[in-house]
Amino acid sequence: MTPEEARKARAYGYVFQAAGLYPWRTIGGNIKLPLEIMGFSKAEQATRVARVMELVDLSGFEKKFPWQLSGGMQQRASIARALAFDVDILLMDEPFGALDEIVRDHLNEQLLALWTRTEKTIGFVTHSIPEAVYLSTKIVVMSPRPGRITDVIESTLPKERPLDIRESKEFIEIAHRVRDGLRAGHQDDV
Amino acid sequence: MFKRSALPVLTVLGVLIALWYAACVPMNAAWTAQQLARSGETMTVTETIGAAWSQERPRLPAPHQVAVELWDTVVMKKITSKRSLVYHGWITLSATLLGFVIGTSLGILLAIGIVHSRAMDMSVMPWAIVSQTIPIIAIAPMIIVVLYSIGVQGMIPKAIISAYLSFFPVVVGMAKGLRSPDAMQLDLLRTYYASDAQGFWKLRLPASMPYLFASLKIAVAASLVGAIVGELPTGAVRGLGARLLAGSYYGQTVQIWSALFAAAILAACLVAIIGLIEKVALRRMGTRP
Repeated sequence: MTPEEARKARAYGYVFQAAGLYPWRTIGGNIKLPLEIMGFSKAEQATRVARVMELVDLSGFEKKFPWQLSGGMQQRASIARALAFDVDILLMDEPFGALDEIVRDHLNEQLLALWTRTEKTIGFVTHSIPEAVYLSTKIVVMSPRPGRITDVIESTLPKERPLDIRESKEFIEIAHRVRDGLRAGHQDDV
Repeated sequence: MFKRSALPVLTVLGVLIALWYAACVPMNAAWTAQQLARSGETMTVTETIGAAWSQERPRLPAPHQVAVELWDTVVMKKITSKRSLVYHGWITLSATLLGFVIGTSLGILLAIGIVHSRAMDMSVMPWAIVSQTIPIIAIAPMIIVVLYSIGVQGMIPKAIISAYLSFFPVVVGMAKGLRSPDAMQLDLLRTYYASDAQGFWKLRLPASMPYLFASLKIAVAASLVGAIVGELPTGAVRGLGARLLAGSYYGQTVQIWSALFAAAILAACLVAIIGLIEKVALRRMGTRP
């Protein structure tokens, strides 16, 4: 399937580095945007908005405008927006890169919970090794310029992952392997 | 907020009025001196200053003379009277508003065309710019003559001159506003496979609103200038422009100045109304208060 066909089929939801909410729409209005464009009925729009807002734990913020929410909440709203229509795959491009460590941990936990509930396939790009290891079932390590795959790691971590799993031996071993893969890609230009 | 800014605002106003009174003395002294030389009388300094502030046809009328004339012609005259500034103001205002509506609509349509078609950007924008480099005072009589020859006169030619001045800020502001969405906002719509029309209604148009309102404030003031200029070449008998012209024919400086102030106050009110609409509209669009 080409990217064009995937767009046409509305097969994927995309979460950008910044929330990219439209400032003149409320949170509910922002989540409704793809539904309006794809021609869902008014009633269907309302139920879907309520459902995904509940999924990302933003119920009650439907009528707020983006500036009234914190950065983490805005990013959650943008995840809700990507989930509002029935995507096959959710693509996330460093979605938590601009947030502070604690918020990021919290969102990582929530993302895993969301993934468990929705069972969507998520493609997640990150520069953070711990984030990659914590979230993934399969880690693809890429080198910079030219972007080549240097390693593909099947994670052996259990599906149930409390935050302190990051101190376990298994976690650290996988993180090592990711780091080695990254190093290999950097050989020429350090 | 209001209390803190009241003092500086009133101070500036006071200084301006004081300067104005001061300027009246040397400007009008020559005439008094002439009168005195003819009659052989003399005057003290205080009397000279008093005379400078109360001449019937001063070179520069004093603020209170303009204020009295404004009061007389705005409040004391019946609004159907040819001597009422409200009557003349309405004549000008109606042409201004019609011109503003035409100019704004044209401006918005051109901006939409320019943003969506590169060919239009290249072919229309230079002409829009050229149109504004021609002094309006040069082109206004032509517009009036040409339209008169095809039987159009009265409010329409003035409104067209108004529109000629007011469409430009709208084109520029609106084109900038329609182009203001960033790459991420546009990419988002691409991932939804949204059509160009959806992109326009859901993203470009709402994003352009702050720019549009900024342009409208300039455009409405320009419209008023256009309507007044449009009244000059016909030797018009009605409208603020006609008052200015008649005042200068008969050396009625007080009348000129009061017409000027009436125009300025009218422009300020128009801009303030747009500002108010802007505030309400942008508040409803979730702008941070």
